[in-house]
Amino acid sequence: MTETTADTWTVAGRTFTSRLIVGTGKYKDFEQNAAAVAASGAEIVTVAVRRVNVSDPKAPMLTDYIDPKKITYLPNTAGCFTADDAIRTLRLAREAGGWDLVKLEVLGEARTLYPDMRETLKATEVLAKEGFLPMVYCVDDPIAARQLEEAGAVAIMPLGAPIGSGLGIQNKVTVRLIVEGAKVPVLVDAGVGTASEAAVAMELGCDGVLMNTAIAEAKDPIRMARAMKLAVEAGRDAYLAGRMQTRRYADPSSPLAGLI
Amino acid sequence: MADELLLTVNGEMRRIAAGSTIADLVASLGLDPRKVAVEHNAQIAPRSTLGDVALDDGDVLEIVHFVGGG
Repeated sequence: MTETTADTWTVAGRTFTSRLIVGTGKYKDFEQNAAAVAASGAEIVTVAVRRVNVSDPKAPMLTDYIDPKKITYLPNTAGCFTADDAIRTLRLAREAGGWDLVKLEVLGEARTLYPDMRETLKATEVLAKEGFLPMVYCVDDPIAARQLEEAGAVAIMPLGAPIGSGLGIQNKVTVRLIVEGAKVPVLVDAGVGTASEAAVAMELGCDGVLMNTAIAEAKDPIRMARAMKLAVEAGRDAYLAGRMQTRRYADPSSPLAGLI
Repeated sequence: MADELLLTVNGEMRRIAAGSTIADLVASLGLDPRKVAVEHNAQIAPRSTLGDVALDDGDVLEIVHFVGGG
């Protein structure tokens, strides 16, 4: 390999080795969740911000199983449909966790969970002014991505397909255009269903992939977590290696000279 | 002044002794203040100030923490 230094990526001044970010929702229990995170090799996990159960304060907490000192918690705004709700959620998240790196998503409707870009852009501007470092879930639109970057997004996270759908990357052309145009990291967030699709995201030149359901809803989530780790690494290597050109017809790999 | 304050905590009505602070409320709920964040009447209540902020009758509080999510 020509590469001699470690292949890392950096978001808002923080450097990571793993290019796979995993969610912590939908698991059978905290043990399975923690084992899947370990198998995935992820250094960042997304978490949601919700009311504590005041009637059962001793219920186990995520932080008892996934140590926020070892794994970076990326608080999200899942379930927020307005900029104001998302901003309020992240202000609380910053107080709960004490860090500024956050995942912003402002949703437009429940059926598709498609992002509302007008509200997303508004929230990005406010959060950036308040010192947050927002990684932003968005549509796979290179112009919207540029506007988010101008507004202060520290990473652009276009959907591959609707959240939780597992449909794979529907629009490779626009994801590639976003990658080409962005000066901040680009991560496919949502839509990946299986390992080959994670590899596709990386082969398009993305800096990483974020997923939850593909691992949590696999029959064996821990094995799928490992598969995703390997797929992201394979896709990244393939991107760096530079793929062959395609041809319309066959081209033999064995020499024609010396045939008997 | 009444002996008790009536608060709304995470959408539920709760009573607490007059003169209590946010820290008193968090402790009375059995919560570890290092693991939660508190919003007091729509403003963030910084963790370092929870012991200094006295509660008033009718205050609205949200107490949140991190849960699994994608």
